[in-house]
Amino acid sequence: MSKHFLGDTTVLLGRSLRHITRSPDTIITTAIMPIAMMLMFVYVFGGAIRTGSDSSYVNYMLPGILLITVASGIAYTAYRLFMDMQGGIFERFQSMPTARSSVLWAHVLTSLVANLVSLVVVMLVALLMGFRSGAGVLAWLSVAGVLVLFTLALTWIAVIPGLSARTMEGASAFSYPLIFLPFLSSAFVPTDTMPGPLRVFAENQPVTSIVNAIRALFAEQPVGSDIWIALAWCAGILVVAYAFAMNTYRRKIS
Amino acid sequence: MTTQQAPAIQVRGMEKSYKELRVLRGVDFEVARGSIFALLGSNGAGKTTAVKILSTLLRPDAGTARVNGFDVATQAAKVRESISLTGQFAAVDEILSGRENLVLVARLRHLAHPGKVADDLLRRFSLTEAGGRKVSTYSGGMRRRLDIAMSLIGDPPAIFLDEPTTGLDPQARIEVWQAVKELAESGTTVLLTTQYLDEAEQLADRIAILHEGRIIVNGTLAELKRLLPPAKVEYIEKQPTLEDVFLSLVGAKA
Repeated sequence: MSKHFLGDTTVLLGRSLRHITRSPDTIITTAIMPIAMMLMFVYVFGGAIRTGSDSSYVNYMLPGILLITVASGIAYTAYRLFMDMQGGIFERFQSMPTARSSVLWAHVLTSLVANLVSLVVVMLVALLMGFRSGAGVLAWLSVAGVLVLFTLALTWIAVIPGLSARTMEGASAFSYPLIFLPFLSSAFVPTDTMPGPLRVFAENQPVTSIVNAIRALFAEQPVGSDIWIALAWCAGILVVAYAFAMNTYRRKIS
Repeated sequence: MTTQQAPAIQVRGMEKSYKELRVLRGVDFEVARGSIFALLGSNGAGKTTAVKILSTLLRPDAGTARVNGFDVATQAAKVRESISLTGQFAAVDEILSGRENLVLVARLRHLAHPGKVADDLLRRFSLTEAGGRKVSTYSGGMRRRLDIAMSLIGDPPAIFLDEPTTGLDPQARIEVWQAVKELAESGTTVLLTTQYLDEAEQLADRIAILHEGRIIVNGTLAELKRLLPPAKVEYIEKQPTLEDVFLSLVGAKA
C-alpha cells in the first residue's frame, strides 16, 4: 500500500462528494422510487395484505424498502465510475504519482455515504407514514451494521460494470434484477402462500434472511439464526464481488 | 552517462498486440531533453498505444522504454512522477470548477500550496475569470487549456500530449500550439502525437512517422523534406487559404 493511500483517498472522496452535493438529484432519484413503492404498498395494497403479525404494514415492509433503496442507489455508483472511465480522468489519475487504488476506494466510500443519506431520507418518510420501533441503541446499531455491509457488497458488484461497461445503460442495467429481488422474498408478503419452487427460492435467497433479521431487530424480537445467515450472505457476496472487481480493475490498469 | 545527459525518452523494440491485432511491431525512438517530438500517423497507427505504454497505463509485450531514465515496467512509480499525460479527450472534471480541477491535481501530486499553484496556472492560461465556473460551461479551447494546465502541475520534466488539437476550432488550435511552444521554451520535454501534418510542422523539433506499427522515418522537418526530390521553382499566385480568411475575419492574432 502506498504511503499516500489515505491522503489521496480523502482528496478523491472529497471530489466525488462534491459531485453529489452539486447534483443532489442523484440522491432524490435514488430515494423517490422506494418511497413511491412504500406509498403504494402501504396505502393501496397494504390493507389487503395479511402478514400474520399485529404491527402495522409499514413496519412490516420497511426493511425490504431499505434494501431496494440500496439496490437502486448503487446504479449511480456504477454510473459515476463509468463516467470517470469514459472521460479519461481515470487514466489521468492512474498516470499520476497517486496511490492507484485510491481512485477505486474513493468511489466505494462515496457510494456508502450516498446510500446512507438515501436510507435516512427513506427512513424519515417511513416515520411520517407511521413507522415506529421501540428498538434500543444496540438494535439500531445492528440494523445500521447490516445495511452498511449490504451496501458495501452491492457497491463492489456495481464496480464491475462501472469499470467494464461500454455504454451508460450497460453500466446501470445490472441493478434492475437487484431491485426486483426483494419482491421474490419475505419483504412484502409472507412466503407461505407462494407456490412450491418459488417458495423454496424465496426462503433461501439472501434478501429474505436480511429482511427477517432487520424486521426482528426493529420489532425487538429475537433475531435467531436469520442474522447469521444474513451476515454470511453479505460477507460472501462482498468477498466474491470484491475479487471479481479487483480482477477487472487489474486488467484495466496493466 | 548520467540521467541528466540521457535522452528524456528512450524506446527500444517496443511491441504490443491486442489479441490478434499487432499494433506496435518494434518501435524505436529517442527524444532529447527539452525538445518537442511529434509522432505522426493516421488513425489506428498505434500512436495512442505508444503513449499509454510510456505513461505506464499499458504494459508492452516486448522491448523496453525509459522515461527520464526510469524503466516503465520496473520503475513505474518513478515514471509517473516524471510525466504528465494529456489524453485524447480533455480529462477534466466537468462538475468541478476550473480552479477546483487544478487544486485537485495539485493535492494528488502532494504539493504544498495547491491554491497558489492553481491561481498561478489560471493566470498563465488566461483562465482567471473562468476559474470559478463549472468546466461544463467552458468552450473546447478553454477545456483543452485547462487540461494542459493540469498537466503542468508539479513541473514534470516530460509531458505527453495525445492528439491535443483533435476536434478544436482553428483559433483554439493556435492557443494550444502557443501553450506547447511556451512549455518547450521552459525546458519541458514534449512528446506529441498528431494526425495533422501542419501541427507537426509548426511545433516539432523532430518528427517520426508511425505507420503500421513501425517508425518509417525519423528526422527534423528539413531532413524529411530532403527525402523527396529537390523543390522545383514554380510561379503561382498566392491565394489566401480558407484558414487565413477565417482567422482574419474573427480577428485572431495568429
